[in-house]
Amino acid sequence: MFQGMLDFLTDPANWSGAEGIGNRILQHLWYTALALGIATAIALPVGLLIGHTRRGAFLAINVGNAARALPTLGLLMLIVLLMGRIGFLPVLIALVVLGIPPILTSTYAGISGVDPSTVDAARGMGMTEGEVLRKVEIPIALPLIISGVRTATLYIVSTATIAAYVALGGLGRYVVDGLALRDFPQMLTGAMLVALLVIVLDLFFALLARLTVSDGLTGRVRTGRRTTTGRTTETTTPVEAGI
Amino acid sequence: MTWVGDNLDLIWSQLREHVFLAIVPVLLGLLIALPLGYVATRYGWLANPLTALGGVLYSLPSIALFILLPAILGTQVLSPVNIIVALTVYTVSLLIRNVIDGLRSVAPEVRQSAVAVGYGTLRRVMTVDLPIAVPVIFAGLRVVTVANISIVSVGAIIGIGGLGELFTEGFQKDFLTPVVVGIVLSVALALVADLIIVTIQWLLTPWARVSYAVKAA
Repeated sequence: MFQGMLDFLTDPANWSGAEGIGNRILQHLWYTALALGIATAIALPVGLLIGHTRRGAFLAINVGNAARALPTLGLLMLIVLLMGRIGFLPVLIALVVLGIPPILTSTYAGISGVDPSTVDAARGMGMTEGEVLRKVEIPIALPLIISGVRTATLYIVSTATIAAYVALGGLGRYVVDGLALRDFPQMLTGAMLVALLVIVLDLFFALLARLTVSDGLTGRVRTGRRTTTGRTTETTTPVEAGI
Repeated sequence: MTWVGDNLDLIWSQLREHVFLAIVPVLLGLLIALPLGYVATRYGWLANPLTALGGVLYSLPSIALFILLPAILGTQVLSPVNIIVALTVYTVSLLIRNVIDGLRSVAPEVRQSAVAVGYGTLRRVMTVDLPIAVPVIFAGLRVVTVANISIVSVGAIIGIGGLGELFTEGFQKDFLTPVVVGIVLSVALALVADLIIVTIQWLLTPWARVSYAVKAA
């Protein structure tokens, strides 16, 4: 089985042209980036607003719960049928709809979970509401916000694969075309590439979190004080993740 | 609506298949995650690698797993076993963290008290540790059950998907009704399953209800 996949992967014909593996990967990344960008542009501001004002929390929580119960394949086909099979747009809308709930829910959870006394202290220092959000709440909520975007990315990558069934390009083509031709090595190649893509994106978000989350939150900052013996006594900064 | 009336048998059999494909993995997954989680708390160094592995496995797209499994297990591509194993993998991946967190939430004094009054390991785990861990484990159980019910439909792409086959049928015939019926039943199934799990949790944790009972008295 895996031998067949290796044969498929090492055949130069499968790498060239519009239907080549390289191009399929780029297509998949393009769908994902586009849908994720739009979903973030919608969900992030709404999540920040709900989290900061604490109004509409009911909405943020329930959108997340309801979305988990919705079958993605059904939603995809419902939107495509309603819009009349006009190419990429219905699929894009479905991918955006799936990407919104995780980002909205975790942004709300991250912002509203910030310790109120921290927010009060920021106001007491004379920060405007905008500054409180930008300089205090968002940095503290960042780990959760990134994890929401990560979850949305995984949903979108896997649903974009399924969307090959409704004639989208990308890596899902190998799965759907392979099934139609009873060509199992081709299906396996598609599945393996999608799994690898997900793992790579997962690592990307782990790296992003590592680079952007303040050291004060992760407890990686250590403040040391020299003692008379020349040793340093280390005190770890308390983790205030606000979760 | 005539389509619904004409196809009640089909809808009913797809619904039954859906329940079977979604629930069996939850039970199998729980049976695997409980001892695995116990071992991970007993030998603490296992906990982090296990939850990390769970995180990676849980993030794999279901369609990819449905296709990779036949290559690994040697099963037929169109065998329901693939769906069941894939969802069991998801269930264990997610539950392992909850089982570990739940067992770790047992206060050491409670555990020591049980040992002091003569409980053996097995009896202590079954009658003291696990019941205390129930709320944390059940929180994971609710998430994974609802997710499984939604994921089963994806199997329709490769021909075994319970209610998901209503989606592909509606799509191929350019006909909305089966798709809507499938979505409604799938969501309803998720709600009912969630309600059942909450009820079981309520029955398993009588002490959580005591405060209400005292107030009422």
